[in-house]
Amino acid sequence: MKWLAKIFTKRSNWSLPYLIFLLLFVVLPLVLIFIYAFQDNDGNFTLDNFSKFISNPEAANTFVYSIGVAIITTLLCILLGYPAAYILSNRDLCRSRVMVVLFILPMWINILVRTLATVALFDFIRVPLGEGALIFGMVYNFLPFMIYPIYNTMQKMDHSYIEAAQDLGASPMKVFTKVVAPLSMPGVMSGIMMVFMPTISTFAIAELLTMNNIKLFGTTIQENINNGMWNYGAALSLIMLVIIFATNLFSDEDEDRASNEGGII
Amino acid sequence: MKDSNFIIELSHISKSFGDKQVLDDVSLYVKKGEFVTILGPSGCGKTTLLRILAGFGTADEGEIKIGGADITEVPPHERPVNTVFQRYALFPHLNVYDNIAFGLKLKKVKQDEIDVRVRKALKMVGMTDYEWRDVNSLSGGQQQRVAIARAIINRPQVLLLDEPLAALDLKMRKDMQMELKDMHRTLGITFVYVTHDQEEALTLSDTIVVMSEGRVQQIGTPTDIYNEPVNSFVADFIGESNILNGVMVRDKVVKFMGREVDCVDKGFGENMPVDVVIRPEDVYIMPPTDSGMFEGVVQSCIFKGVHYEMTVLTPDGYEIMIQDYNAFEVGQSVSMIIKPSDIHVMKKERVCNCFEGKMIDSTHVEMLGASFVCSEQPNVEGGETVEVEVDFDKVELMDNKEDGITVGDVRFILYKGDHYHLTVRTEDGENIYVDTHDVWDDRDIVGVRIMPEDIKIKRING
Amino acid sequence: MKKFFAQTYLWLLLAMLYAPILIIAIFSFTEAKVLGNWTGFSTKLYTSLFTGGVHHSLLGAIENTLIIALVAATISTLLGSVAAIGIFNLRNRQKMIMNTLNNLPMLNPDIITGISLFLLFVSFGITQGYTTVILAHVTFCTPYVVLCVMPRLQQMNPNIYEAALDLGATPFQALRKVLIPEIKSGMISGFILAFTLSIDDFAVTIFTIGTEGLETLSTYIYADARKGGLTPELRPLSTIIFMTVLLLLIVINIRSERANKTKKA
Repeated sequence: MKWLAKIFTKRSNWSLPYLIFLLLFVVLPLVLIFIYAFQDNDGNFTLDNFSKFISNPEAANTFVYSIGVAIITTLLCILLGYPAAYILSNRDLCRSRVMVVLFILPMWINILVRTLATVALFDFIRVPLGEGALIFGMVYNFLPFMIYPIYNTMQKMDHSYIEAAQDLGASPMKVFTKVVAPLSMPGVMSGIMMVFMPTISTFAIAELLTMNNIKLFGTTIQENINNGMWNYGAALSLIMLVIIFATNLFSDEDEDRASNEGGII
Repeated sequence: MKDSNFIIELSHISKSFGDKQVLDDVSLYVKKGEFVTILGPSGCGKTTLLRILAGFGTADEGEIKIGGADITEVPPHERPVNTVFQRYALFPHLNVYDNIAFGLKLKKVKQDEIDVRVRKALKMVGMTDYEWRDVNSLSGGQQQRVAIARAIINRPQVLLLDEPLAALDLKMRKDMQMELKDMHRTLGITFVYVTHDQEEALTLSDTIVVMSEGRVQQIGTPTDIYNEPVNSFVADFIGESNILNGVMVRDKVVKFMGREVDCVDKGFGENMPVDVVIRPEDVYIMPPTDSGMFEGVVQSCIFKGVHYEMTVLTPDGYEIMIQDYNAFEVGQSVSMIIKPSDIHVMKKERVCNCFEGKMIDSTHVEMLGASFVCSEQPNVEGGETVEVEVDFDKVELMDNKEDGITVGDVRFILYKGDHYHLTVRTEDGENIYVDTHDVWDDRDIVGVRIMPEDIKIKRING
Repeated sequence: MKKFFAQTYLWLLLAMLYAPILIIAIFSFTEAKVLGNWTGFSTKLYTSLFTGGVHHSLLGAIENTLIIALVAATISTLLGSVAAIGIFNLRNRQKMIMNTLNNLPMLNPDIITGISLFLLFVSFGITQGYTTVILAHVTFCTPYVVLCVMPRLQQMNPNIYEAALDLGATPFQALRKVLIPEIKSGMISGFILAFTLSIDDFAVTIFTIGTEGLETLSTYIYADARKGGLTPELRPLSTIIFMTVLLLLIVINIRSERANKTKKA
């Protein structure tokens, strides 16, 4: 007991329990995905899971289709969300904090409930469920996740940059393109991460929005796991992880560049 | 036998953070009831030393004793010291009373005794009737008073004060200085006070410990430190001063600014290079006269409230700072006289850069974490360790750090009347000293270059 | 004029975001089995939701959800607060490593977290049920608690803890009497956040809940929706959840606003 007390007198050691927890429940499970992905049912090393994915047109098609849906959803979210974030953060156009809360609020509602509500809405106004409904549902679900980070960066942006630009003779248009837009890029980047990642990885939502007609990659993974194809499911998860890791790297790099540009301006 | 009069005995304390050495073999002995001030610029290690004394940090090496008992391994809550922090560190969720009573409650002192002692402590710091106030509603000065009350109520053997007045405005600071001095007298507790404000140190202390770069530079009474600084750092840091290169011609005669002058120092040896320190208020300035020691022309004259501060340029190109009650116009020729007893001569700490290097081959030497080209060295083999000497004025500094052979940052700037003497810390932590006419700022990152012919290499065994 | 357009845009967007939720809320006050049919005002769905009877399994699912959220949020808050203090006191490299590890569960898509934990539990032969769901929820909630507590530590005067030690408090007393009161508000926010996240979760739960018949609200809704029909009682339930979340968000907002004000004072 005494050695335990001694360890915890040093406050930096207080992170140890959490470190152990993280290793057990975050790192180890991720390693397991990796191990399972390269094993067959008997636990032997194999690359079959990946060749199966490449040679199986259905799975590969779903994969490409999911990326397409994710990209379109992300673009639509930027298109709709960026102006909203700009207006919300602009003191001349919107003074009330309540508005901001209203936009963030849907983030906190169960995603299934939200999706079912969308299905109900489409039923109510007699829109057929299908591809259009899928895209709308996704945008509806993830728009707040785009608005919030952009709003946050714009909110934190030092107003004196804008005043300085005006002082140096920039027109409102120039102020936006030369100062506000580049400085808000980090927000857009994290917005992209927060929309692209969940869109590409959702399951259940596409199922509900299209009456199970359109399958996304997440659904494929879930079905395989549910049907006991753990190794194949793990391989598909690993592919998704790689994609997400790549997007992450890309956006990190861009974020750095954006903040550097901000510094130069 | 150790003198039992010492309440604090810090022996050979060293401490590093990573590869940065913040305390280098510091020893300090404090007598009971003394008011000791540890003085130095930021980053000199003074706060680290105080934290080691309080127990918030541990020394890598060395021993700490308080009242004769070794407390090196004792945790802070069991040490007989209390601390007053720079930013007060009052507990924001407690009111004034609970803040002050914190220590006594932990010691399970009886409630009625706590009441009496809190009231007494509040009276002592001039905050009677503030018991129930929220500490966040107090002004900076009031918060600091509460912090002091919170510390002294525990009757510590030693009170540690970490720049307690730094956050207060000038007027408040002056008042608090007087109160601290009174408190020290009434309480009879030993005070260890840390500050970077030399004026504060001179006003308050019985003893001043001047620190720089993790080392103790000088320990002495305020008058000693002011009048007899041991080196150019102390002279520059305490008060204003003119520091000039000179040569000790013989005992009691020193040559500087192109003239041989009588002084009172002796024992340096003949023709020894020395530093000469002259306080600005010790230079008598007058209209041109034949009996003047130095001539010059007034360059600037600024009114400083009580006195005027003037710079005078001598024909040899030395700039001298002078403080006097009378103003002289800019452009006016003047004569200057300095009394022999006001000329402080100090042994130079070093006369040239001296490094340990390692030969790579006969024309390359590795030192300061880089490889320098040197002139052809016959009979020297690669891998041999050598002594390298470089004159101060042969080191070139460049704006663009890529242009240098190695990179460093400017740590300490000394104006020597006609040039600057810089201390540049290279990336691998060694100091290189540079004489230059260019103006650099503290913490400037510079490229360092030395011409091959200026690198003097000496074999260690021969 | 510009302001008018901006406001109109915001309100249109909000209308789009809230239309589905509003439809559900409106139709929670009628008895019709199919959403979209208005058969007159009634609160019967609300009463039948709480009296149970027919939909006993729904009440059970709600109970499970609340118990899991309460336990998971409590564990996360304790683990996360201790971890935050530890991480705060770490130095450069170690701090960076811990922060990266802490970010992992937040960056991972839910499906990956779910599958990886699923693989962990099956690999070690752990029966899935209450415990595994709670462990999984603690995994993705704790990083958010750390994020809530960390700013409180950063704002705190670093000498306060040392001052307590200096005045004779043991490290444990200093924690109880000084540190915890200082970070309490961050811990409360973290708890609320963890609680909502846990209630909301579907993707991680579905993979870790096992096949023993344990249901949370999310899995119940999912199973229900897959069967085609939506239990009418879910309409009042969604409405209540929505109102609760709204209330919680307002509370958090007022809290943070008040915290900001006292900080400024």
